[in-house]
Amino acid sequence: MKKDLSPEILELIRLTSTDLPGPVEKRLRAAKAAEEDGSAARHALDAILTNVEISRRDSTPICQDTGTPIFFVRLPREIPPFDLVEQIRAAVAQATRRNYLRPNAVEPLTGKNTGDNLGDEYYPSIHFTQGEDDTLTIDLILKGGGCENVGAQYSLPEPSLKAGRDLEGVRRAVLDAVHKAQGEGCAPGFLGVAIGGDRGTSYAASKQVFLRDLDDESPDTRLARLEERITREANELGIGPMGFGGKATVLGTKITATHRIPASYFVTISYMCWAYRRRRMIVTGDEVTYR
Amino acid sequence: MIELKTLISDAEIRALKVGDTVSLSGVMITGRDAVHKWLVETFIHPAKTPSEADLAVYQAIQPVLNGGLIYHCGPVVSGLESGQYHFIAAGPTTSMREEPYQADVLRQFNVKGVIGKGGMGNNSLRACQEVPAVYFHAVGGAAALIAQTVKKVMGVYKLEFGAPEAIWVIEVEHLPVVVTMDCHGQSLHDAVREKSKKALERLLV
Repeated sequence: MKKDLSPEILELIRLTSTDLPGPVEKRLRAAKAAEEDGSAARHALDAILTNVEISRRDSTPICQDTGTPIFFVRLPREIPPFDLVEQIRAAVAQATRRNYLRPNAVEPLTGKNTGDNLGDEYYPSIHFTQGEDDTLTIDLILKGGGCENVGAQYSLPEPSLKAGRDLEGVRRAVLDAVHKAQGEGCAPGFLGVAIGGDRGTSYAASKQVFLRDLDDESPDTRLARLEERITREANELGIGPMGFGGKATVLGTKITATHRIPASYFVTISYMCWAYRRRRMIVTGDEVTYR
Repeated sequence: MIELKTLISDAEIRALKVGDTVSLSGVMITGRDAVHKWLVETFIHPAKTPSEADLAVYQAIQPVLNGGLIYHCGPVVSGLESGQYHFIAAGPTTSMREEPYQADVLRQFNVKGVIGKGGMGNNSLRACQEVPAVYFHAVGGAAALIAQTVKKVMGVYKLEFGAPEAIWVIEVEHLPVVVTMDCHGQSLHDAVREKSKKALERLLV
């Protein structure tokens, strides 16, 4: 394995920021076809799809809000002797100089921009897990502030929604969150839902679930049924692209569940905007591939 | 599609209604969270006398805003080191964060329109009726597409706020938007919220 992977990580950032994954684009195209001719919803999806083509062609950011860079690193069984945190940070700073990323890290109290997207040890956000083979995998998600701000966490039971501690309660909480978000998260969006955990792990899991293949369904049939139902019912709300009204409000839902203590039953919803920017880099020996 | 070019007249604003698609051209400024807070706290409800430097910025942007547009946008800009600025990505940001400030800014400067995404609240809607002004909704995330409509960066103020938060004076050609709040008290966002609330109630019986 190469000692310095920062050029390869830079390419991961470029791809994520500028080249929307094919399965996401496919859903946007299907959504556009379903909206009425001449509607504001259709115009919005038209603009979105043209934008996707321009940013891919010109290698420029799909959205100016390149978000918080969130890295999920799966280390190989034997950890190579290099400092991956430093390499990721170097690649992020370089990607900012090349305008693949907007300088987004600001000091929390003064709002002063650091200029290079590097903040404290939580920015960029890097999560490590240990794998069981010789492959290093780095996933990157870029998630903008508009959709991050409409994320929500519910502690069940929630009497105002008649949401108890069961899957029906989860359904009620998620639909409420979609309604509250309206178009502000840049609909049509994608939902990452975590059931359980503590407040912190539940939010983390609700983002990590965005790493699943867009076209898969939960291996747990109870959750798979709920994923399908929530997507269908969210679209019955009629919020539509950008909140203009229309058929496409949510283009996919992923649900995960993580152990909780008996006293807590959290439902956490992360909202991903239509610009579902996510890419994976796989390093095996000297070979680096992207998907 | 209706063509509008800054500076915009009251009559042109009054003719617009919710749902109209508009193509915007001319000179405008960007401004988001830091700029709105600064404008209100420095000039509109000041706690102390503004500095000479701040007054100079006021003088410079006042003629652009009077009859002009403010764009809620934190762009990706190249040329930060050379000063040869160019907009790379420039979609709208969520406007609702400026709700505490927007009505004051619209009235103070006689701004004719705000460009953003997600819509705004009742205070802004009321100010739109008084000024008059409208809310133009751009397509959120369509940053590469909109950057192509920015033909020229004419200047920048308050760069110390950081590039995304600075006041960029730009000249645009054919920026596509939809009127979602007009000066007659109509808001598409209120209508969609109400309708979707009824749908939600049906789903949660």
